[in-house]
Amino acid sequence: MPLEAFLVLAAALFSVGLYGALSQQSIVMLMMGLELMINGLIVAGGAFWYFLAPGSADGQVLVLVAVTVMALEMAMGFAVVTALFRAREVDMTDDARDLKG
Amino acid sequence: MAVAFWILAVVSVAAGIAVFVVDSMARATFALLASLLAVGLAFLLIDLEYLGVLIILMMVMEMLVMAVFMIMYMMNPAGLMPMKMVHNHRAAMIISAAVFVLLVAGIFLTSWPPRGGEPPADPTHQLGLAVMGPKMLVMMVIGVAILATMISTVVLATHRGRYARYGDDLERKRPLDPGEES
Repeated sequence: MPLEAFLVLAAALFSVGLYGALSQQSIVMLMMGLELMINGLIVAGGAFWYFLAPGSADGQVLVLVAVTVMALEMAMGFAVVTALFRAREVDMTDDARDLKG
Repeated sequence: MAVAFWILAVVSVAAGIAVFVVDSMARATFALLASLLAVGLAFLLIDLEYLGVLIILMMVMEMLVMAVFMIMYMMNPAGLMPMKMVHNHRAAMIISAAVFVLLVAGIFLTSWPPRGGEPPADPTHQLGLAVMGPKMLVMMVIGVAILATMISTVVLATHRGRYARYGDDLERKRPLDPGEES
């Protein structure tokens, strides 16, 4: 069970999440995609720690940061959706494209 | 160990795919939870007991909170009609498949450096010493980020009160009545 196996798992989770983030119309489902992408990063961080640099704690700290980012992303995402829904009764990305160039 | 890893890996990716396949957003949340739990269990295989258990506990709570919000914004209550709510499906498929191929190619073509050092007897001890010592700045930034998130989520999510009734630049002569839309 080498490093590559863990990294392939990370890449698979990241790609599935990317598909969700790009394709979902509901903003909350889009956030699920982002969570899956960060999930992949967590796997990669842990694998890099164990297989490449277990001597220092850098990998573990990176995982800690990624887990926190995951929780904060969810909290901020739901707050934004709630604010958007209060203002405009909108919960779809297609209805919130004001910033589209 | 290798068998356990592959089982967890398949469960994790399958649950990840299920997030975007199942018919209800509540089920999607629990599929995401399954994916995260499999990752947490996989961490137990590489000596990261603390982080593995942390991921499991944190994500169980996070997904339970998320399920409440998911039900709030559910597009298809009770599964009354098939849930198909994607745009740009084809391009998203192509892009994510291309990213996966690219990443896997990178993984197998890179010559990874040899392992630096041995895992310590207690990785949790190593992590604790790091975040209370040389990596303390990371912990401090995380703490401030959590505080900022708490404040901004409350600000964003609260109902607009009397301070919002004078308009964005406070230039409305008469404040709007509560409940009156601008």
